[in-house]
Amino acid sequence: MTAPAPASAPSHPKGLGTLRVNGTGYDVPLAPDRNLLYVLREELGLTGTKYGCGEGECGACKVLLDGVAVRACQTSVGEVVGHAITTIEGLAQGEEFHPVQTAFVEAGAFQCGFCTPGMILQAVSLLRQNPDPSEDEIRAALNGNICRCGGYFRIVAAVQRASTLLRSAAEAPP
Amino acid sequence: MTAASSVVPFDLLPVKERPYFEHYGPGLVVVLPAKRPGPSGWGEGGPPHGGAWIHIGEDGRARAFSGKVEVGQGTRTALSLVVAEELRLPLSSVILTMGDTDVCPWDMGTFGSRSMPDPAQHLRTTGAAARAVLERLAAARLGVPPQEIEVEGGEARVRSRPDGGSVSLGELVRGHQEVVIVDPATTHPEPPSSWTRAGHPVEDVASKEVVTGRRRYTSDLQLPGMLHGKILFPPSYGAKLRKIDVAAAQAIPGVVVVREGEFVGVVAPDMMSARAALRAIRAEWESSPQPSDHEIVEFLRQHLAEGEDFWDVLQHETGNVKDAYASAAASFHETYTTAYIAHSPLETHAALAAWQDGRVTVWVGTQTPFRARDALSDALGIPPSSVRVIVPPTGSGFGGKHAAELAIGTARLAKDVGHPVRVVYSRQEEFTQAYFRPMAVIDVRSSVGKDRALTAWEFHVLNAGSAAARIPYRVANQKIDNQPTESPLPQGSYRALAATANNFARESHVDEVAAQLGFDPVEFRLRHLADDRLATVLRAVTEHAGWNPRPSPAPARDGQGRGVAVGLEKGGRVATFVEVEVPDDRHLRIERIVTGYECGAIVHPSNLRSQVEGGTVMALGGALFEAVRFQDGRVLNPKFSEYRVPRFQDVPPIEVLLLDRKDLPSQGGGETPLIALAPAIANAIFDAAGTRLRSLPLVPDGIVP
Repeated sequence: MTAPAPASAPSHPKGLGTLRVNGTGYDVPLAPDRNLLYVLREELGLTGTKYGCGEGECGACKVLLDGVAVRACQTSVGEVVGHAITTIEGLAQGEEFHPVQTAFVEAGAFQCGFCTPGMILQAVSLLRQNPDPSEDEIRAALNGNICRCGGYFRIVAAVQRASTLLRSAAEAPP
Repeated sequence: MTAASSVVPFDLLPVKERPYFEHYGPGLVVVLPAKRPGPSGWGEGGPPHGGAWIHIGEDGRARAFSGKVEVGQGTRTALSLVVAEELRLPLSSVILTMGDTDVCPWDMGTFGSRSMPDPAQHLRTTGAAARAVLERLAAARLGVPPQEIEVEGGEARVRSRPDGGSVSLGELVRGHQEVVIVDPATTHPEPPSSWTRAGHPVEDVASKEVVTGRRRYTSDLQLPGMLHGKILFPPSYGAKLRKIDVAAAQAIPGVVVVREGEFVGVVAPDMMSARAALRAIRAEWESSPQPSDHEIVEFLRQHLAEGEDFWDVLQHETGNVKDAYASAAASFHETYTTAYIAHSPLETHAALAAWQDGRVTVWVGTQTPFRARDALSDALGIPPSSVRVIVPPTGSGFGGKHAAELAIGTARLAKDVGHPVRVVYSRQEEFTQAYFRPMAVIDVRSSVGKDRALTAWEFHVLNAGSAAARIPYRVANQKIDNQPTESPLPQGSYRALAATANNFARESHVDEVAAQLGFDPVEFRLRHLADDRLATVLRAVTEHAGWNPRPSPAPARDGQGRGVAVGLEKGGRVATFVEVEVPDDRHLRIERIVTGYECGAIVHPSNLRSQVEGGTVMALGGALFEAVRFQDGRVLNPKFSEYRVPRFQDVPPIEVLLLDRKDLPSQGGGETPLIALAPAIANAIFDAAGTRLRSLPLVPDGIVP
């Protein structure tokens, strides 16, 4: 029995639109019934983006659209053609983690880990807009992301830590 | 590896016939024998188990095996840690295989907070025995007595020769194919007081996969040629299929409709077509009358379940409560209820099944892989040895992933179409096709004597279950029972299910009695507590919280209040302190939570803290606002937009005190830390506002009545 492996990106016929995901272009059909979550997971094999509810309530499917977190399950593929999409798989630079990823590891900010990709990308989006958020601002920004394991404290702590890491990196001399 | 059809799961073979070395290469295998179920229950030394085994390979790494599964509770890291401790290896040199029925020891399931008291202890013993064998091998190799050998960091060396005389563990077992049986009576694991790896904070072993999105859960798995399935479910509980027309579904390109008796499912090349095919089925259902949520308390009282099918019956009586009432100075009688609530794990139920040569492999997020293997074997009419269940990392469970229906349905679909099939529940299916934490109705009657001490305690539980129904306080006359009832919704296991309900009733009632008698709630508890460990936790928490002794309710009437509750269950002791504000607009604000927990020697402290924090958050939902609403067998709020779960902004500051008792056996921490929260909040609300709330959830709309 071969162990399950992720699907590789299938080759599509010369299609109706090119999605730019993690710096790679993918030709995908722009059928209106295919939302971005479906295309990422089922057609491109980028399963780090999770299905949690399908109604935009849980945040497990968040990805970055031009650096801003959006819910992939509420986003049609047609809307995002020509924009830069970043999924959790594309956040690290090679083997080097994004500071938010590092902070999540250091803070032990997950239990089952299923909400983690969406949490991390929402946090990256927040810190891009607000590099030094207060605890209340972090909670408000992440309130659309559900962690059923209840790991909220550690996630807040991880975002605070990431904020420090990012700002000290920005202040460091080149 | 041998052909799939001739594979026999390790647990079904005698120890010496298991193909350890064919699977994992030459080396040393150390096996702790299984403990079979006794004639009457668990017997001495905990529940039946399938033993444990550890393989030490030529690469110097230890492969350990456990039938438990990882659903987010951190057991993978904790079990790896105890193996690393006994073998004195870096954590990265331990490879733990969990929840694979072909190669793991048989296990009853991941529930009941048993991973620390059971497999952790089995792996400690097995690891200690393995180290002793390695010491013996090294002694022979290096020409010294075994007691001269020290194993550390992947090497065995001679203690007295620091600059020489060493051999790596991989080198020691090179070419070996030896299976050693552990004698637990003569094997002594490292005592917790001298642990150097276990008992210390470590990073979760899966961290890097989790934060990069590389970790694959069942719903992420794909196989070549895999198709997508959906199962037809009744629209309401108990509805029967009367007529079905599948023509429109069948007409969708690539769709196959599978029918086997009551079972109806569809298979399609992609998820979109599978969903469309399910929607295209025209089904007529006959529903039977079902009670609704507003009449549920009366329904349960009138529908007691009889018969011997219910294992969770409790009948406990000491002294004579009637005599106690006759001579009581005062007596009290109240009823407490808890609602049905949903586990709503973030990863919905998912399964992937593939057949090869008459043998089926099912990857499924289940908490009971071996039970699932048996259920698959029964349902599919094949021997257990023709079923392999593998549990990938699972996006939480909370007791909600015990059933095997999805695994069976997926295996049926895969068999019928001759391709691997994956089925993933939608969120709505998760809310409507899973089972719920049982609703409970608990009647409590108590009395006190002239000395204002408890003299009688009657505790009648309907439907919740018996966990934590017994009382940790000294009361001479007790009558405690648990009566199962019929349920209008499917119900089953849930993280700390009965303990949450029973603890809520007991700790609320004790608080009511203390208030009636004008006692400080802490003093009243300490006067009665029969368990020193629990009293120690209560003292630690109230001291940390700055408890100011006085009776409830608060005389100041400024809307500020505090409450406390304790609990003793599954070997763990918990005390929770809560501070609330109930302002003039009656919008409840929880200002602060302090939870203290003691569960013996702590194996993985950072994870235990995480479990207590997370468990407190989960308990907050059930305490304050979670409730499944239902009518005529239908769930009325099967979405996250309608079924409220705790979010970032719902969570107050939580302080966790862990009491590490290295002199006591390690117990679990996934459940008991939850059980004192709801009564502590109810008691704090009473203290602040003088309003006694006796039903969970306490404030569904956030407002204190």
